Amino acid sequence: MPPDATHAIEVSHLTKTFGQVRAVDDLSFTVRPGRVTGFLGPNGAGKTTTLRMLLGLVQPTAGTATIGGRRYTDLDRPMQTVGAALEAADFHPGRTALDHLRVFAPQAGVPDRRAHEVLDLVGLSGAAKRRVGGFSLGMRQRLALATTLLGDPPVLLLDEPANGLDPEGIRWLRDLLRALAAQGRTVLVSSHVLSEVQQTVDDVVIIAGGRLVHASTLAELSGLAEPRVRVASPDAAALDALVARAGWQRAADGTAGGAGGVGGVGGVAELVGTDVATVGHAAFAAGLELHELATHGVGLEDVFLRLTAPAPARGAHAGAPAAAPTAAGGAR
Amino acid sequence: MKDSLVSEYRKIVTTRTWWVLLIVMVGYMAFMGAAMAFAFSFDGAEVTGASGEAVPMDTTTAATTVYTLPSTFGYALPLLVGLLSVTSEFRHRTLTPTLLAQPDRNRFVVSKLVASIPMGVLYGVLGTLATVGAGALAFVVNDTATGLDDGAVWGVIARTALALTVWCVVGVGLGFAMPNQVVAIVVVLAFTQFVEPIARLVLGLNDALAPAGKFLPGAAGEAISGGSFYSATGAGDLLGPAAGAAVLVGYAVVLALLGRFTTLKRDIT
Ligand SMILES: Nc1ncnc2c1ncn2[C@@H]1O[C@H](COP(=O)(O)OP(=O)(O)OP(=O)(O)O)[C@@H](O)[C@H]1O
Ligand SMILES: [Mg+2]
Repeated sequence: MPPDATHAIEVSHLTKTFGQVRAVDDLSFTVRPGRVTGFLGPNGAGKTTTLRMLLGLVQPTAGTATIGGRRYTDLDRPMQTVGAALEAADFHPGRTALDHLRVFAPQAGVPDRRAHEVLDLVGLSGAAKRRVGGFSLGMRQRLALATTLLGDPPVLLLDEPANGLDPEGIRWLRDLLRALAAQGRTVLVSSHVLSEVQQTVDDVVIIAGGRLVHASTLAELSGLAEPRVRVASPDAAALDALVARAGWQRAADGTAGGAGGVGGVGGVAELVGTDVATVGHAAFAAGLELHELATHGVGLEDVFLRLTAPAPARGAHAGAPAAAPTAAGGAR
Repeated sequence: MKDSLVSEYRKIVTTRTWWVLLIVMVGYMAFMGAAMAFAFSFDGAEVTGASGEAVPMDTTTAATTVYTLPSTFGYALPLLVGLLSVTSEFRHRTLTPTLLAQPDRNRFVVSKLVASIPMGVLYGVLGTLATVGAGALAFVVNDTATGLDDGAVWGVIARTALALTVWCVVGVGLGFAMPNQVVAIVVVLAFTQFVEPIARLVLGLNDALAPAGKFLPGAAGEAISGGSFYSATGAGDLLGPAAGAAVLVGYAVVLALLGRFTTLKRDIT
């Protein structure tokens, strides 16, 4: 089926409770075609559970999840619409890679020849006749990916596909996913580390504790990575006094004030919400000797950690920036 | 639906289980056939009945008793093949990709049941032919009639193969009702080798309960063959072949439905 704009993924007020555990909690987001979307969250955030609900394997407690406006279970020949690989892809160990694909070929509606094509595509041609029981984790990931590609689907849902891949494999996966999205396909990749998919994704959907904490383009997420001003002075007390007087905010996880500056004497401050010009001018006006004054960005990973930190810490660290996108997230 | 059938059939034939168990089946049945044929063709040509008296046995009875051994002793193997085709999905956690390819769980169950039929036929035909071949050879060696010139005997042979086919389907149903592979295998062995034979014997001794024994799965399977080891030894009588087939198919369907509304009702996580 050729990819087209109608293959968006729509998750709406999705909720799932397992006994006492609220694995997914009123989760809403959209995944657009033609883009790679990172579905991110720490361990136990509810990523796999969400994907399983999207795929009709787990019955939601409330809410809906659709692909191109239809529930997965209503799709006719679903492997031609959605290629999905869930975490810890499991295979019968006694079956060869080729036979594994031949088992699914009829349901994907493709001739057996296609099994060879996808094995080629994922670089497993050499292992086609080997039993999967002897495969490494990375080889299993590749075979799982080959299975998803069998029916040439316009939508791909991959749960932690980079797990177990070597650096070369990760680069290869990145290029493949980018190419698939460039063909207009909807690509959703889950991960618990942002840095793993940072170079692959266009959009991010971040969840923690089953709830949406952020959904935007990667560029907008980068915008949350505020630049910091790092300032060092041999006179720690004067520096602290200046920071206090000017009302600058110290980065919560930055170097604490006081001792520890250049050469072990003096003070260092990491400030947010200001810039080097302002700090430099104020120091000059106060006659404070500076040994360092520079801007440096915080990594996206810090933003990610801040967004997904357990609730009380999140409020203290990030405040407004974390809360605002939450409200906007579902309506993108 | 047809796609699912082909997929399920391919699942069975792409692992080693089916041919390993088939070799066991053929070897076991050839051995049983030859051993029983030798036993029956030694002078007496009679067997000792359940209540101890000697039952005279004509040559046709001896022949059919030997040729129906698969439905008396060999059915555990096609049953296991059917069973493993389901339990292995749970054991190796391949149910997720399976249900991604066929999200309609009713169709999935039906595909599994139907896809086991060709395998059941293979077990039925080869298992029965192994018994008949080895048994007939033993009869010939002992200068006893093989009964193979009698069309009715061939009818019994064909129905024995059919019984084994149905057993394979019962295995699939059982797998859905009892997806834990180890538990299911233990239950199969305990039930077929121990519980049912004793139950039939005990029920057969009591006139009031005797009719119930006919509806036990093993008895129904033997009924498909028409005439068998237990009934020749007087341990209770059997249903007709058609009724036996209906009862055994009923077991397969009831077990599969049970699995559909328990095991397959749940979330797949
Ligand atoms: N079958 C289940 N029974 C009970 N609790 C479950 C079940 N499946 C998941 N959970 C719980 O739901 C929560 C979300 O789990 P889930 O597997 O969706 O997280 P995840 O985001 O995929 O995590 P990871 O990054 O570790 O894969 C966890 O607290 C988990 O313990
Ligand atoms: Mg997960």
